Amino acid sequence: MKMVVGIVRPEKANDVLEALYRADVRGVSLSRVQGHGGELERVETYRGTTVKMGLSEKVRFEIAVSDDFVQATVDALCEGARTGEVGDGKIFVLDLDRAVRIRTGETDHGAVTPVD
Amino acid sequence: MSLLPIAASATGVDSGDTAWMLVATALVLMMTPALGLFYAGLVRSKNTLNTFMMCIAAIAIAMVTWALVGYSLAFDGTGSLIGGLGYVGLHGVDFLPREGTTIPHLVFMAFQATFCIITTALVSGAVVERMRFGAFLIFAALWSVLVYAVLAHWAFGGGWLANGGTLDFAGGIPVEMGSGFSALAAALVVGSRKDYGRLALLPHNAVYVLLGAGMLWFGWFGFNGGSGFSTGGPSVLAFTNTLLTPACALLTWFVLDLIRGRKVTAIGAATAIIVGCVLITPAGGFISPGWAMALGFLGALPCYAVIVWRPRTRVDETLDVLAAHGIAGFTGILFIGFFASVAWNGVSDGLFYGNAAQLWDQALGALAGPAYAFGMTFVLLKLIGLFTPLRASEHEEALGLDTTYHGEEAYVTGEGAILVAPPDGDEVEIPVASVN
Repeated sequence: MKMVVGIVRPEKANDVLEALYRADVRGVSLSRVQGHGGELERVETYRGTTVKMGLSEKVRFEIAVSDDFVQATVDALCEGARTGEVGDGKIFVLDLDRAVRIRTGETDHGAVTPVD
Repeated sequence: MSLLPIAASATGVDSGDTAWMLVATALVLMMTPALGLFYAGLVRSKNTLNTFMMCIAAIAIAMVTWALVGYSLAFDGTGSLIGGLGYVGLHGVDFLPREGTTIPHLVFMAFQATFCIITTALVSGAVVERMRFGAFLIFAALWSVLVYAVLAHWAFGGGWLANGGTLDFAGGIPVEMGSGFSALAAALVVGSRKDYGRLALLPHNAVYVLLGAGMLWFGWFGFNGGSGFSTGGPSVLAFTNTLLTPACALLTWFVLDLIRGRKVTAIGAATAIIVGCVLITPAGGFISPGWAMALGFLGALPCYAVIVWRPRTRVDETLDVLAAHGIAGFTGILFIGFFASVAWNGVSDGLFYGNAAQLWDQALGALAGPAYAFGMTFVLLKLIGLFTPLRASEHEEALGLDTTYHGEEAYVTGEGAILVAPPDGDEVEIPVASVN
């Protein structure tokens, strides 16, 4: 059981969702985050105040999957999020100790497997 | 206009009429930022400022082109297709009354300028979220002269439609159909947004949309109420009808929404306000209050149908300028042909009151206006496209046009922002989080 965390461009979030859907990965959380990953800073000016915007809008996917699905999930994230420019994001795969489905009390494998 | 009639009517300025027209002019100018707010709410948050700025830019561009040549082409003389160049650069536009009115020529010009401005801004609704800002500025400058001024001459300035007896109280032809059918052409030439038909591209702030619609309605009392150029009967009638028709259109929209989705929608209501105001724009001073109410009930139907149908097509006429302005303007212009009443307007009856000829005159305007607007806008954008790209790149479109063209964001947080060269201090190079 792994937790796959993918940080992607907001404009590619929908492509990622589509790719995950095609890969039969169903349980997904996503959140809007601010991040910086080495891309060029944007310069913005508000009247006399000029600033370099160090952080960019990103979307963070958190996907808990059973071991069989790890590679498919990572592939889907890569496929959906890549533009080839700096700032496409990162994927982190973490060990997951426990998972519980709140409604049924199912744990671990059962909890991260979608209900048919 | 020769100098003689001006001198003869030198004392013909009426203070009451002039006072009202000054206020009406300011009311109509306010409609353009209101439209910006309305449009900004309908787009995604990353394009808020760009969408608003297209409307603001219309003020800058169309006011200048209007003063330089637009006003002259629209309102100098009674040429059949186009006016003269006598008022180029506002030459000779002064304190003396404009022929046929009791207000100073300057006020008349200013009032008409605000029409040119909002009409130019209206067209932007078709191309938001993907058109290059620079290309839009060029388009706005040329469009305000080649399309708006020409149509304004036809309908208001003594051109062939006005001379032929086509009635248009406050701009069903130049403003509403002019913008609506130009919008369709612009959407076709510029092309749809990258994600159109693939992703849900939803309004990001319905409250802006409602507030913008409310402010537009408020401004519209100057737009319609001022189009009689006096405080006389036609103005008063148009003013009151501007209250009645949109209210009836709103009610109709509620019912249609209920039938279609079992819920009355807020953005639908905002749209209905615009549709109602547009419906009464051409007809305001020509039909009775009773028929104005009927116009609200009946006229909402075709507009609603087009708004439901258009998103199912491949045409990304993004903010439905065609439905809300083109179709509503068309309906209003034709409605005059049926229900104009000489007892109310002192000018002409419609078919219902026994004058079938008026319906023919109205049909002529309802066909010629859209045809010219669509054709000229199509050609104009194709030509501009030969010299400069009309569209933002795919990457810019994805990033959003606010940061791309304006270097600003509508909902900036300042998190991680680094001040560049603050006065009397060292540049802080460490990102600062300011979460509050």
